[in-house]
Amino acid sequence: MRIGYYPGCSLLGSSREFDESTRAVLKALGVELEQVPDWNCCGASSAHILNHELSLALPARILALAEQAGLTEILAPCAACSNRLLSAQQELEKHPELKAAIEKAIEMPYQGTVKIVNILEVLDRLKDRIAEKVKAPFTKHVASYYGCLLVRPPRVVNFDRPEDPQSMDLLLKAVGATPVEWPFKTECCGAAFSVTRTDIVAKLSGKLVKDAVNRGADAIVVACPMCHSNLDLRRAEINDYLQKEYAIPAMFITQVIGLALGLDPRDLGLHRHMVPVEFTETAGVQS
Amino acid sequence: MSRIGVFTCHCGENIGATVDCAKVAEMCKDIPGVAYSVDYKYMCSDPGQRMMQEAIKEHKLDGVVVAACSPRMHEPTFRRAVANAGVNPYMCEMANLREHCSWVHEKGEATTHKAADLIRVLVEKIKHNEPLFPIKVPVTRTAMVIGGGVGGIQVALDIANGGHKVVLVEKSPSIGGHMSQLSETFPTLDCSQCILTPRMVEAAQHPNITLMTYSEVEKVDGFIGNFKVTVRKKARKLDEKLCTGCGLCIQKCPNKKISDEFNEGLGTRTAIYVPFPQAVPNKPVIDTLNCTFYKTGKCKVCEKLCPTGAIRFEQEDELVTLDIGAIVLATGFKLMKTDVFPEYGYGKSKDIIDGMQFERLASASGPTSGVMKRPSDGKEPETVVFIACSGSRDRSKGVPYCSKICCMYTAKHAMLYKHKVHSGKAYVFYMDIRAAGKDYDEFVRRAIEEDDVKYIRGRVSKIYEEDGKLVVMGADTLMGGEPVEIRADMVVLATAVQSNEGSEELAQTLHVSYDTYGFFAEAHPKLRPVETNTAGIFLAGACQAPRDIPETVAQASGAAAKVVGLFSNDELTREPIVAVVNRLPAPAYSHCVGCFLCLSACPYQAIEQEEIKSRSGEVIKTLARINPGLCQGCGTCVATCRTKAIDLQGFSNEQIYAELMTL
Amino acid sequence: MAEPFEPKITAFVCNWCTYAGADLTGTSRIKYQSNVRVLRVPCTGRIDYMMVLKALHKGADGIIVSGCHPNDCHYTSGNYHARRRWMVFKKMMEVMGVDMRRITFSWVSAAEGARWAQLVNEVTDQVRALGPYSEFRQIVGAGIE
Repeated sequence: MRIGYYPGCSLLGSSREFDESTRAVLKALGVELEQVPDWNCCGASSAHILNHELSLALPARILALAEQAGLTEILAPCAACSNRLLSAQQELEKHPELKAAIEKAIEMPYQGTVKIVNILEVLDRLKDRIAEKVKAPFTKHVASYYGCLLVRPPRVVNFDRPEDPQSMDLLLKAVGATPVEWPFKTECCGAAFSVTRTDIVAKLSGKLVKDAVNRGADAIVVACPMCHSNLDLRRAEINDYLQKEYAIPAMFITQVIGLALGLDPRDLGLHRHMVPVEFTETAGVQS
Repeated sequence: MSRIGVFTCHCGENIGATVDCAKVAEMCKDIPGVAYSVDYKYMCSDPGQRMMQEAIKEHKLDGVVVAACSPRMHEPTFRRAVANAGVNPYMCEMANLREHCSWVHEKGEATTHKAADLIRVLVEKIKHNEPLFPIKVPVTRTAMVIGGGVGGIQVALDIANGGHKVVLVEKSPSIGGHMSQLSETFPTLDCSQCILTPRMVEAAQHPNITLMTYSEVEKVDGFIGNFKVTVRKKARKLDEKLCTGCGLCIQKCPNKKISDEFNEGLGTRTAIYVPFPQAVPNKPVIDTLNCTFYKTGKCKVCEKLCPTGAIRFEQEDELVTLDIGAIVLATGFKLMKTDVFPEYGYGKSKDIIDGMQFERLASASGPTSGVMKRPSDGKEPETVVFIACSGSRDRSKGVPYCSKICCMYTAKHAMLYKHKVHSGKAYVFYMDIRAAGKDYDEFVRRAIEEDDVKYIRGRVSKIYEEDGKLVVMGADTLMGGEPVEIRADMVVLATAVQSNEGSEELAQTLHVSYDTYGFFAEAHPKLRPVETNTAGIFLAGACQAPRDIPETVAQASGAAAKVVGLFSNDELTREPIVAVVNRLPAPAYSHCVGCFLCLSACPYQAIEQEEIKSRSGEVIKTLARINPGLCQGCGTCVATCRTKAIDLQGFSNEQIYAELMTL
Repeated sequence: MAEPFEPKITAFVCNWCTYAGADLTGTSRIKYQSNVRVLRVPCTGRIDYMMVLKALHKGADGIIVSGCHPNDCHYTSGNYHARRRWMVFKKMMEVMGVDMRRITFSWVSAAEGARWAQLVNEVTDQVRALGPYSEFRQIVGAGIE
C-alpha cells in the first residue's frame, strides 16, 4: 500500500513526534508514504479568518501538486490540515468561477480529484493488520480525545459521529487499551490560543486533564498536533491553574499503536514530550 | 343532429376588451350543430341566465357551451341554470375565454380566433356528451373514532350527543390518552385528571357510545357512508362481563417489578394490571409477555383468587367487523425519546428525563405521589434545568418543525417545580418562546416574573455527569454568547412531538395520505383542516400535527360537526364523473378481458372482480367492475386499460378524441 | 411572401394543478403567446399517449403534458402513472424517430401561474424554431384515417 503524505508545518516543528511515529507505524504496517513535493502551509488557524481566497489557494496548491505527482489519495495527519484541505476542496467544487480564479493564482491546473484522509481513517483500514501485529498490548485505561476538527463540521469532514466519535476508541481497543467513558471527546482544548492566551488554554485543557484523571485514565490519546501541544506543552500552566500536579501523559494515537507493535520509543519520539510518558500506580496524579 | 347553443360572455370589459365577442358569436353560428349563438355583457347575471334559459326553450337546444370564465369558477352556476331549463346539467360545458384567453393575450385577431377555437373544441365535445345523473349512496349512521385520548373522547361525545351511534376504538386498555398522564394543564394549572375523568366516564356510560378498548383497527373496506371496518379485540384474558374491577388479582399478583408504561418507566406495575386507578373501563388486562403463567406454565394466583372467576387464560383475540358511515382519526402523538441525543449522553443518566416523565413525577397520582424526587437516588433536586426544543426545529434529528406545545409545558413544569421546591432553582434554555394563545404569554411571564424561573436564551451543547451532578454546558446568546455552566440535579428535555407509533401503517390501512413525518394529511391546510383526502374520514388532534389540548378539542368538535352533517342525509349525492366498464351482450359480456391492470393502477381500490356466471352457476368470465361509490374519477384506469373497456363519464375517449379532431 | 409560421400547440393538463395554475396566470394577468390550446382532463393519469399522437396527426406542431408535481396529485398517484407511461412512451417515440423536442412533459402546480406562462412561451418559441411538423403528418397520413 502506497499513499500520499502531507505532513504540514506542525509535524516538522512542535509535533515532530507525530511525524516520526506516523512514519514508523505505517512503515511497520507496510505502508509506503510519498510526500507531496514542494508542499506549503495549508493556512490553518489564520488564513481562513484573514483572507478567503488565500485560505483556498494554499490548500489548492498542495492538492494540485499532489495531482501533478500522480497521487490519488493523501494522508494529512494534522486535524487542522485535513480539515482545511477538505474545506477548500469542497468549496472549489461548488464554485467553478472560484476554482478558475484560484487556478490562476496558483499558476497550476487544479482538478480536485485527490482524496484527503486523516490518520484515523488510514489506521482504521489497517485495523486487522494492527491487531495481528500487536506484540506488547497497551493495557492502560485511555481517554480518547478527538478534539474539534477531526469530526467537525460534519458536512465537511463527513467522518465518524460528530457528537460521539468511536473510531479512535475502537483502534485503542484493538491494541489492548481500555477507553474510559468520558464526556469530553470533542470538547475544545483552546487550540490556537496556545500561543496568545495561555490562560484560556489552561482553563479549557485543564478541564480535560482533570476529568480524564478523575475517570481513571492513564493517558490521554490524541490525533491532532494542536491538541497535543495544549495538553503537553502547556501542562505547567494547566497545573498552575488547577493547583495540582497532573502527570497524565498526552500521547498520539500513532505512539500508542507504535508501542503496542513493539517499536522503539525513541523512534516514536516519546522522549520529546514535556510530560514524561511514564505510568505510575498513582493514575497520573503526583502532588 | 345536435342543437347546441353557444353563449359568449363579455364579462364586462374582462373578455370584451381583448376578444371581439360579437364576432366570436357570429363565427360560432357556422359550426355544424350550433343552432343558436349569441353574446351578452354578463352571462352569469340573473338576466343573462334567464336569457339563456329562454333560448334553450325557444330553440329547443339540447347542449350548451358557455364561453365565459373558468369552469372552476362558474360551471356549477351554469349547469344549474341549464338544469332549470330542463336540460341535463352535464350537457353544459364552459369554454374558458377569460383566464385562458382574454386575460393572458393581447387584443387582436389571433386572440379572437383562439376564443372561437376554444368554443369549437367544446361544441365537438358536447356532441358526444351523455346525460349523467348524480350517484346516490346510502349512509350508515354509525361513526368510528380511532383513538381514545381527549380528542377522540370529545369527537365521540359530540357525535353521540348529536343522536348518532359511535364506536370508540382505543388500542391501550383504557381510554384517556396522554392527557390522563398529565399532572396539571396550562395555562390554568387545573388538574388534568379532574377535568378529564368525568369525560371518560361520560363516554363510557353514554347510550350511543360503544367502547372498544385494547382493540386495533385491522382492515377498512368500503367508502364514505359504507365502510366495513374490521377491529381486532385483543384478548384481555378476562371475561369483562364477570369482572367487577375489585382489584384483588392486582394486589396479589406476585410479578410486581414490571416497568410501568403509564408512569413512563418511573414506576412499576404487576403482570395483571389496570394502567391507572381511574382507568375506563376499570377492568384489568394480563400482560402475557411478563405473566409468570405464560412464561413458566405455573402460578394462576389471579385465577384462584378471583371472586367471580373472570380470568380466562385461554382467551384469544377476536375479530369484529362493523358497518361504519364515517371514521374520525384521533390517534395522537408520541414523544421523542431521550436516547437520541449523543450530546446529552444518550439520556443514559436516570436524571435526564423527558417532559412526560416530569408530568408523572409532578402528578399526585404518580410514582412519587407528586413529591419532587429525582429518579436516580430519590433526592429532592435543588437545581433543575429544562431544555426546550430538544429535537424540535432540529434538522439533524429529522424534526425541522416546531412541536408547538413545549414552550408552554416547559413554563408549566418550571412553575410546578418551583411550587413544590420553594428553595429550588429552575433554569430554562430556549431558542424562542412561542406562547401564542389565549393567556399563554401571560402564563410564561408569570413563570419568569412571579416564580423566578431563569430563562436563558441559548442552546445546550453538552450534559455530563460529574460528582453526582449533571453539568449542563450552554451559551447565553443574549449575553453575547457567554458560556453558561449549570450544575443540575435533574434535567428535563422537552423532546419533540412525533407522529404516533404505527400511524403510517394505519394511514395505509385507511388510504389516507400522510406527510414525511407520519402525520396524517388534511384535505386542505386552510379550508378543510379536519377532512382527509379520502371522503368520509376525518381528523382530530395531534395525529395531524402537534397540538395542545384546547386545539385538539376544538378540532375534535369540528370533526364531529362534519360527521353529524354527513349523517343528516339519508343518501349522499356524488358527481357522476366516474369510470365505467362497458357491458356487451353475451357471449362477450364486455371488452374487458380480465387482465386487472386497472386494479393495481386505481388509487382508491375502487375496482373489484366480478364473476359472470352461467345459469348453472359456472363462472364464464371474470370482469373488472368499478364501484361508483369509491371511484373518484381520475381516469387512470381508463388510460391503463388495454382493450378500451373502461371509460370515464364526462371525459370519455369519444369526447376527448372529438375535441382533438377540431385542432 | 408567405406568412410567418405560427405553431399550433396542444396542451393536455390536469384539472387540479395545471388547469388551476393556468387560471392563476389569467387572474395574475401574466401575458403569454396565444398559440396554445388547452385540453382539460381530470388527471394526467387519464392521458392515453395515443391522444398525443392523434394531436400531432391532426395538426399540432408541439405538445405540452402537464399535471401536479409528484406527491401533489389530487388523486394521490395518477401523476405517477402518467410519469411512468411517459418514460416508456418517450423511449418508444425516440426509437420511432419522433422528434421529442416537440413533446414537453412538465409539472405546474395551482400556485405556479408564472411558471405556466413561462412554459407555454418556451415551448412555443422552441416549436416555432423547429417549424411545422409536417414530417409526422406525412408519415402517418399515408396509412390511417
